[in-house]
Amino acid sequence: MRSYIPNTQRERGEMLAAIGLPDMDALFADIPEGVRLNRPLELSRGMSEIEVRRAFASLAARSGVPHASFRGAGAYGHYIPAAVPQLAMRSEFYTAYTPYQAEMSQGMLQAIFEFQTLICQLTGLDAANASVYDGATAAAEAVNMLTAAKRKNKVLVSAGLHPDVRAVLKTYARFSKTELVEVPLNENGVADIPFIEQNAGDAAGLVAAQPNFFGCLEDTRTLADATHAFGGLFVNYVYPHALGVLARPGELGADIAVGDGQSLGLPLAYGGPYVGFMASTQKLMRNLPGRIAGETTDKDGNRAFVLTLQAREQHIRREKASSNICSNQMLCAVTASIYLSLMGPKGLAEAANQSMQKAHYLAEGMSRVRGIRLRYPATPFFNEFAVDCDRDSEFVSGALKERFIMGGLPLNRIVPGDSGMLWCATELNAREDIDAALSVLEEVFA
Amino acid sequence: MSRSSYPLIFERSRPGRTGCDLPPLDVPALEGLIPEGLVARVTLPLPEVAEVDVVRHYTNLSRRNFGVDNGFYPLGSCTMKYNPKLNEEVSALFDGLHPLADDDCAMGAIRLMAELERQLCAITGFDKFTLQPAAGAHGELTGLMLIRAYHDMRQDFNRNVMLVPDSAHGTNPASAVMAGFETRELVSAPDGGIDLEALRAACGPDTAGLMLTNPSTLGLFEKNIVEVAHIVHEAGGLLYYDGANLNAVMGVARPADMGFDVMHINLHKTFSTPHGGGGPGSGPVGVTAELIPYLPYPVVMMGGAGTASLDYDRPLSIGKVKGFYGNFAVMARAYAYILSLGAEGLREASQNAVLNANYVMNALRDVYDVPHERICMHECVLAPTKRMLDNGVHTTDIAKTLIDYGYHPPTIYFPLIVHEAIMIEPTESESRETLDGFIAAMREIARVALEEPGRLHASPATTPVGRPDEVQAARKPVVRFCE
Repeated sequence: MRSYIPNTQRERGEMLAAIGLPDMDALFADIPEGVRLNRPLELSRGMSEIEVRRAFASLAARSGVPHASFRGAGAYGHYIPAAVPQLAMRSEFYTAYTPYQAEMSQGMLQAIFEFQTLICQLTGLDAANASVYDGATAAAEAVNMLTAAKRKNKVLVSAGLHPDVRAVLKTYARFSKTELVEVPLNENGVADIPFIEQNAGDAAGLVAAQPNFFGCLEDTRTLADATHAFGGLFVNYVYPHALGVLARPGELGADIAVGDGQSLGLPLAYGGPYVGFMASTQKLMRNLPGRIAGETTDKDGNRAFVLTLQAREQHIRREKASSNICSNQMLCAVTASIYLSLMGPKGLAEAANQSMQKAHYLAEGMSRVRGIRLRYPATPFFNEFAVDCDRDSEFVSGALKERFIMGGLPLNRIVPGDSGMLWCATELNAREDIDAALSVLEEVFA
Repeated sequence: MSRSSYPLIFERSRPGRTGCDLPPLDVPALEGLIPEGLVARVTLPLPEVAEVDVVRHYTNLSRRNFGVDNGFYPLGSCTMKYNPKLNEEVSALFDGLHPLADDDCAMGAIRLMAELERQLCAITGFDKFTLQPAAGAHGELTGLMLIRAYHDMRQDFNRNVMLVPDSAHGTNPASAVMAGFETRELVSAPDGGIDLEALRAACGPDTAGLMLTNPSTLGLFEKNIVEVAHIVHEAGGLLYYDGANLNAVMGVARPADMGFDVMHINLHKTFSTPHGGGGPGSGPVGVTAELIPYLPYPVVMMGGAGTASLDYDRPLSIGKVKGFYGNFAVMARAYAYILSLGAEGLREASQNAVLNANYVMNALRDVYDVPHERICMHECVLAPTKRMLDNGVHTTDIAKTLIDYGYHPPTIYFPLIVHEAIMIEPTESESRETLDGFIAAMREIARVALEEPGRLHASPATTPVGRPDEVQAARKPVVRFCE
């Protein structure tokens, strides 16, 4: 049993004596007898390091990582250069907290400022915050930005957003009394633009994904124009890697871009921690929630960084704050910054292009398997696509698993009643692995 | 360290450099996959730097930062305890696990969540937890949504007021508003606790609940907690426990036994997961049995024989508050910590956290103002004396001078109800000699504040930059690099 406490029993006794107390219990004299726990917690005895490792090894042994994976659906296995985790594990970063004391936190503040800049460069927008919890909560915060900026409580949201994003938006909206109107997907799997025109009414704006959950590429420019036509603001939920090959949301008329930065160097880690990013036009900068680092100088003129625009935040504004967010995902944001710096424009474009090409090679191969059909054959996609099959999706998935391949996601797991599958490829999928998956599919559907 | 600014990664950029390579494309390269209107028109303006450039850049940035591994970090209300290295290693065992992996492939991870939940229930006395919230404030929001859902289910639609003490964290009122409540502020009693008469007067048919941190942000245990709970419950409200200060009472008292109905825990405070420079955290929310139906889905269910499962069939659930299941790798670190300490170790941690705070307070009470002269819990709140203030020495000056002594300053100017507050939370991780060193520095600063106050305004002198001009930063915000 270790409690990581340096002081010995003797030292503790001396410290109690210095305070003038007889024993440890005297420290807790203010706690009424009736609420004291006068028995041990119902936990096992403390474990040594060796025993904790054993406990984890036994759990990890029951969590299998496949030889090859074709599963995305909101969490993507891209290559993480070796330098990324090593730098992110500098303990001056990870054992610090929010940089309240700027002079001794210049490293983290500059890293935040750089993250904000990188997100602006990636999205083509003017300002970004220091991160929020994940993509889904970034979208929820963006909805709050829309309703605050427009003073309207209705927002259009595309059915093409990830089911978890839609679920989180729905939860937040219920309690903030925001009316969400879902824009359906048309027969090509993209947001139904006439529906937007007919149902906008007095909406504050639209939230739509690029690419959408089914992998389809949306016509961002037209969505932005349709939103602006009713006087609304357009929020684009983007997959950062897609921006290696696609025009940026800011160039296509988005007022706000949000998304999940997981693909930027963060491990899958069973769903988190990931990092939500938010960028906006200059005009909406003061509506952004959460921490923002800004550049200034000290009295000698040295460039310095501080947390700024804090009059938006909960510790100053309390019930009038733009959001309640305090802790964010700073270390994950630094990780994403390191990743983007290493990849640079060419590396990100190459990873994006390879992901797209391999997904198309996979889709092409699958469409030749009798019994498998691309769901939206006429719609361009990035690195993910939905298929419908003549066999049960769980059966298909199970057959692949026997060969240590994690196939596309059986959609019924997160879209009740959907019998299709959602397949994904990235630069990590070697051609021989794709061919292996295709040959298993050939057997399954033979 | 001498004063210096440090180049931005963008200022290191040289056209053509890159820090990564990928294998050649091994499938046919198709053209025209992207519709004309969506094709990237410009090369992304990201920095172009070599691997060694990036490695040196971030290594040197990290040297301009200060974490718990560098030294004493008594940031009140943040519990900056030591982050065990073991936990970093074992949590990484799940790094490759996809969140939508088949449940049988993810069984170890699901079981880990179920076991962590069981540990948290034992420590707090609650019946069930959700692990989904990503941070303390996110947990607050989730917990308050549960309270709203509870009242709604009882057709009690007019309970719109959340009571919040004036000593509360700023997140409390902000979360209440996001959850659809109005807030009503409770003025604290002179001893720093809840004023029972004010509470009775504030409670009524519109009371949805009371948010309370116990021990409070003054570091004081709410002696009247049983009576407070009784008053709120009598009025039909629920009691919310802000778990930011749980490090004071592990194994000593449990929030559920005090009468609370809902709480959040900051795994990154009490359970030693690293704060990451501002996150990621994790803010699990615990509830009594009557609130279980409203928990976010999926709910983790413990199974037999080392199994566990995710239950999505929750018709009364408030829905999801975050993608997937929460900050899993943070949960894994907390689980490792609780396994390491066990029942006795957690109690010992709280005892020593409280001992250390009292040791510091006791050693400084003759030279600083102590607004509440009582035994404190895991943190103590001090303030400059009137003579210091008359000399023009403010809390900021004391904090900035501490930096030159090699310490991270305490939380300052919070809680708001103490003028010029200095909130010190040493945690159990610190040795007596570390505390003695800090005490000596604080005493020396107190002496200088009276004898040569001007000296304190020049600090810090040992950092890469001096005090930044925050007014300029806010007036003309520059929040990104532009060429």
